[in-house]
Order: sequence, then C-alpha cells, then structure tokens
Amino acid sequence: MNNLPLISGPYNHSSATVPKIMLYVMLALIPATVFGLYQFGWPAIFLFAVCIVTVVLAEALSLKLSGKPVGIFLMDGSAILTGWLLAMTLPPWAPWWIAVLGGLIAIIIGKQVFGGIGQNLFNPAMVARVALLISFPLEMTLFTTPAPLFSTTSPDFMSSLFITFSGSVQLDAYTGATTLGHIKTELGRGIELQQAQFATDSLWQLTLGNTGGSLGETSAPLLLAGGIFLLYKRVISWYIPVSMLGTLFFLAAIFHLLDTQLYVDPFTHLMSGAAILGAFFIATDLVTSPVSIRGQLVFGAGCGLLVYVIRTWAGYPEGVAFAVMLMNAFTPLIDHYLKPRIYGRDVKGQPITYNSEAEDNS
Amino acid sequence: MSAKNLFKLFKIRGGIHPDDCKTLSAAKNIIDLPIPALLHIPLQQHIGAAAQALVNRGDLVKKGQLLARSQGAISAPVHAPTSGKIMGVGGYPAHHPSGLLVRTITLKPDMKDEWLSSLKAVQEPFKLTPEEITNKVAQAGIVGMGGATFPSAVKLKLRSRYNLQTLVINGAECEPYLTCDDRLMQEESEHVINGIRLMAYALGVDKIIVAIENNKPLAQQAMTHAADSYNNIQIIDLPAHYPMGSEKHLVQTLTGKEVPARGLTADIGIVVHNVATALAVHNALCHGHPLISRVMTVSGNAIKEPNNIHVLLGTPLSCLIDFCGDFKQEPEKLVSGGPMMGQPISDTRIPVVKGSNGLLALTTEEINSQQEMPCIRCSSCVQACPCGLIPLEMASHIRNGSLDTSVNLGLLDCIACGSCSYVCPAHIPLVQYFNYAKGELTSRQRTQHKQGETKRLTEARSKRMEAIKKAKREKMLQRKKEMAAKKKQQAEKNETGV
Repeated sequence: MNNLPLISGPYNHSSATVPKIMLYVMLALIPATVFGLYQFGWPAIFLFAVCIVTVVLAEALSLKLSGKPVGIFLMDGSAILTGWLLAMTLPPWAPWWIAVLGGLIAIIIGKQVFGGIGQNLFNPAMVARVALLISFPLEMTLFTTPAPLFSTTSPDFMSSLFITFSGSVQLDAYTGATTLGHIKTELGRGIELQQAQFATDSLWQLTLGNTGGSLGETSAPLLLAGGIFLLYKRVISWYIPVSMLGTLFFLAAIFHLLDTQLYVDPFTHLMSGAAILGAFFIATDLVTSPVSIRGQLVFGAGCGLLVYVIRTWAGYPEGVAFAVMLMNAFTPLIDHYLKPRIYGRDVKGQPITYNSEAEDNS
Repeated sequence: MSAKNLFKLFKIRGGIHPDDCKTLSAAKNIIDLPIPALLHIPLQQHIGAAAQALVNRGDLVKKGQLLARSQGAISAPVHAPTSGKIMGVGGYPAHHPSGLLVRTITLKPDMKDEWLSSLKAVQEPFKLTPEEITNKVAQAGIVGMGGATFPSAVKLKLRSRYNLQTLVINGAECEPYLTCDDRLMQEESEHVINGIRLMAYALGVDKIIVAIENNKPLAQQAMTHAADSYNNIQIIDLPAHYPMGSEKHLVQTLTGKEVPARGLTADIGIVVHNVATALAVHNALCHGHPLISRVMTVSGNAIKEPNNIHVLLGTPLSCLIDFCGDFKQEPEKLVSGGPMMGQPISDTRIPVVKGSNGLLALTTEEINSQQEMPCIRCSSCVQACPCGLIPLEMASHIRNGSLDTSVNLGLLDCIACGSCSYVCPAHIPLVQYFNYAKGELTSRQRTQHKQGETKRLTEARSKRMEAIKKAKREKMLQRKKEMAAKKKQQAEKNETGV
C-alpha cells in the first residue's frame, strides 16, 4: 500500500485518456488526408510536413516558456492535431511561410496565450486560418486543380520543392477557382446561376473530391467515414454535425426553392467547401464547443446558419472558419443558459412537486 | 414466473458500464470467519448520534447482549458479537479514511459463543403491530446495510408522515466486485423474503418490488422461487448500469418519477431497503438476534483468494486478509466498500462495521490511476452524470475557491457516484473536489453557526447587564426621591412644629 494522500474514489477508471482522444481524431483524418496529399501531390506533402513541424516546435517552445513539462504535454497530441487540421484547410500549393505563420498563430496566439490545452476560447486552427485569409488573401485563395501524384500533370519532386519553398512560379497554369468561389464571382457579375454552375465541377465530382479546394476538405465520403468512426468511438456525438449540416441543408433548400437562379442547391452546399470537414472535425472541437446536449444542438445550428449566410450574402465564398469562430465566441453564453436539468428539479432549478398526483394515488 | 417480466422500466440519464469484476467472488459460497482473538466494536456504526456505552472494563458479556444504547431520535444500539470479557472502552482507529480514534468497546471473546438466554424469537411476528415490529428493529440495532447505515427503524416509521404504497428492495448491487448481496439472495432467499414481508407489514404497504441487476441471474432465480407464493412480490430484472443502486435512480428506473431535490423517496410513496437489511430484520424477529454480524465480499486482484465471508462486527480487517490467504502482491490501495464509492483504508487494524460490504485489495492496473491533465471540456462527465450536473464547471469553480457558485451549479445534488471521475480522460479527481467542497461548506456552516451563537449570547449578556444597570439606576432614583420626600416631610413637620 502506498502512503500517498488518500484521495476519494473511484478506484477504477475507464481506458479513456486525452492522447487517445487526439489519436482517434487523427486516425479519422487519415483517409481524407491521404487522399488530399495524393490528389495535390508533392507540394501538398511538403506543406503538410511544414505545418506539423512548426506546431510541434511552437508548442515545445511555449511549454518551455510557461514552465510546463514539455514531454507530457507534447505527447498529448493536441498540437499535432491542430497543425494537421490547419494543413487540411490551407490551399495545397501554398508557400511554406503560410504554413509556418499559420502554425505559429495557431499554437501561440490561438492556444498557449490562453493558457494551453483546454483553455482556448477559439479553435486554434481556425484562428490561424482566418488570420491568414485576412492577411494574405491572394496566397490563401490560390487553389490548384487536382494533379494527382505520379500523373503527368503532377509536378515532380524537385519542382514541387520549388513551388512550396521558393514562391509561386508559373502557378497560374495549375490554378482555378473553387466551385463556391466561382459561383460567387459569377453571381456577382450578374450571371445566372445555371450558367455559372455550367463551368464548375459537377456535383458528382464535388462529392468524390475530384475538385479544387483546400488540402483536406475535398473528399466528402472519406471525411464522412472519419466522422462516423469518431461517432462510433464516442469521441464526438451527433448533435453538432447533424444540427450544423441539417441547418445548412434546410436553409439552402428553402432559398433554392424560392429562386433556383439565385441560390445554390443544398447538395452543392453540403458537398463543396469545408462543410463536412467543418461539421465533423472543426465545429466538434471539444474545447471550444458547448458541453450540454441542447447547447451542442444550438451551437451546431448556429454554425450551419452562419455558414449559409456568409456563403450566400457575405464577401467570402466560404464561411466555415468564420462561422465556427463566431459560434465559439457564443460557447460560454450557451453553456451558461443551456444547462441540463438537474435530477429532482424542474428546468428553473426548483425541487419538483407531486402534489396532485400524490392525492390521486391515495 | 420468470424474472424477465413485462414490467415497464424507465431509462435514467447518464451512468456508466464499468467492468463488474464480479466473477472473482460470485461463485464462492458464504463462509463463516472463525471468531478472532479480539473484537473492536465502535459506538458509531451508523448515521446519527453515537451509542452510549453501558459496559465497563472487566464486565463479562454474552453474545447478543446490549453493549451500548442508542441516543436520540436517529441512532442505533450496539450489541456483543460473541460472548467474552470487555477489555476496555476507549479510542480506536475509526472505519474512516482519517483513521482518527473513535470510542470503541474492545471485547476479548471467550470462544464459547454463548447467546444471551433472554433473547427470544417472536413466534408469530405478523401478529405484532407494525409499531412493535419497528421497535424490535430499532432494538436490534439494524441500519441500512448497503453502506448508507441509516437506522432502519427510522425509515420504517415513515408511514406516519408519508403516504406510502411500495417497498422496493434494492438488490442492484451495482458496485463492481461486490457479490455479498448476490450470495445472500441465493443462499438465504427464503429468509430474505420473510424479512422483506415483515418490513412491508411494518410500513403498511402491500406492493413489494425486489429489483436485481441482470448480471445476477442465479439470485433472480432464487428470489423468484422464494417469492412464488406471494402475489404482491415482484422480482424485477434490472439492466446492469451503474449507479442503478442509488435509491433515487433505482426508483426512477422503476416508476419513471424523480425524487424531488432534497426530498426522500417517500415523497413519491416509496421506501427503499437493502437485501442484507431484510435478512437482519428476519433474524431480529424470527430468532431474536440483534445485528452482530454481516456478509462481506473480500476481493480484488491483489488478494490471494477472493471470498464472501460471514463476519462478526468488530473483526479487524487484517483477520479477513489473513483468512483469504494474504496478498498475492502488494496492493496499490485497500478499499472498504466498492471501487466506485468505497473509502480508502490506511490501516488494517480498523474493524468491520455494520455498513462494511466489501474489502478490496486493488492492484495498480485495476485502479488505472494516471497523472491529472488539464480539462479539455470533452463533456464526457456531463454525459455520464446521472444527476444532470456539469461536473467540469463545478470542479473548476471549486478549484478557484468559489464554493458558492458550485452550490448554485448543483453541488448539493451530487450523489458522489463517481461516474464523472471514472470517464474523465484527463483523470481529474472530480469526486475529490466535490467531497472537499462539501466538507468545507459543512465546516463553514458550523463556524457560522458557532459565530452566530456566540454573537447571540454576547448580545443577550450585554442586554442583561444593561437591564441590571438600568434597574439599579431606577432603584437609586427611587430611593433618592423617597429620601427627598422624607426630608421634605421632615422639614414641613419641623415647620408646623415650630
């Protein structure tokens, strides 16, 4: 028997640990990531690697500065996951410094300044993405059309090094707007939706991910598979993804029915951009989402609403990062007002009474 | 009649499904522990006021003789577990993590194990009035044997204040490892059923539900068989789901109704008693035997031979460990009770008491305790809480010292079941925070009460002093006046006299 201070039970514990949760999320990300890396070739692989290395170094440095044990906290995997998610949302052929800046912003400003793991108000990866998008709009919106590894269109190893590490040479040859971006531009020019959509990838292409976009957001089925894995492992629950995608679909359907020439159809909304990635991997971020079931439903619905509003009426073609961050800001408020009902109390917190029933029974 | 009946059960929120680890001891018959060399019988083995010792050093006592009488409305007497000589009444390490000394009677058994001859069985207990049964239960020192140790007679008296319909017998035994109730229901089913019927009679209720978790099919069978001839007894098959044994949640599962906050199950017409308590009631009435022994499970991977043991109250835990073949390996922790809500033990000299249902010698792997990490707000604890609380927020407020906020969040509605700590991936000792806060609040209340009392007394005293002074002053004035009047009179007399 040890002589440590006697701490209350339970003397029994489930096998859950923080590193295990992070590991499950990473496992769930693998299929979509591998697909993205394959589809966008060596530059994407370099970018991904730069992201991961940067966040690990930034995390280690911050932990050291704040006097926390570096080994234990680095091994929890949360920093790597942040870097991974950030990489998923970057244009695959973005230059190296975008990844470095993003990684530093995510870890240092997005997470460690708040006090490290569990303390941040906003999703660190989204803080970094939004900061980059506002600061470097050109680099952050230069999307490559798919050029799978080992295909003829794919740049070889050496020229890929050149693309990632020495700047955008001849990038124009490869780039094209994303579907949502193209539609936004065309609608802005007063061109009808049907015509605008004519030039974009088909819904089938969008669904399979054979389309331009951020590194890891293109393949809906693989992201969905990852999300289902997380649901199965109970790392996340269905409340946020379903309410977010449901709200997005519902709003898109209503407006599309009102005017098919002005509003994009709901399926395109779900399958393009970061909707699926956002719903299963970004909005469900444990630290920055509400803790109660009702809170999570409201949070998810809010995300879906904001995504639709931003995509449809705001200046940006894609709004998942903004939507999630805005809702992150509401999380404390949601948690304050939407608490579960306590056993033996009504929703107002007063003890429940059975006056009438007790008389009935007698 | 099968236990898997058509009774509609209701779902409870949250809860967990830990590995029940019951196979270690579930197949072991209950065996009697030989009488130990010394028994240490604490005067406080129940919730309420401690009993008052009636014996002195050197007294010879018989088995079942009253050693200490109950004091006050909520209390229970203590009896001699065997015959022997009183070695003294004094301080002995308590059955409590603190290991502080409590008043304890030490008895040296004479190994003759002679019953007190005046203890008589009641021939036809159902001919007694409910009050007489309740009194016998009180005299026998019976308390809730599931671990809560609330004096049972007090609960049987609830009929006077509540409109009761149902007696629920809690055979859930949802704590992992523990199998003593399981074994009792298998080996003593007839007696348990008889005790249950006596309690229902004392409560004046007709409907009886015996609820047993589905991981105890043999107990369900035995109890169903024993209850066959009584139409008013229903044996219910409960899902194995921790904390099903919490009476509030058991009642909710059976009726769909929640017990009002700060209330009792009696508020919804139900009284809950434990299986072992029912057996004690049977023994008290049908044999005249007070509560002097109980069945305990000794288990855990660090003990050589897990067992279910019938043991005299006051037996040092070290005797149980020796009887089970000592440790296989050095246990990481010794726990009294189950692993979820049991108490850690720091000293094996401490005695078995009425509420002891288990002694666990747990290994490091079984406890699976790891370094505490920061909370990642994963809300596992919120989903696991059967009371609808937000453990993560309560704990963070307690950590910051704002205990009042944690109370507003429902700290006092927490039943300390430990589900939140069990699932926490960051291994935060949530229950420890809650217990600390509850203890701190109680001690603050006590201090406040004391301060209030002191203030009241001081004020009363100064008021009294003031009143005395005032009275004195008035008396003085009175006297002065009288004197003045006298003088005046005298003067007038003198004048007229002249």
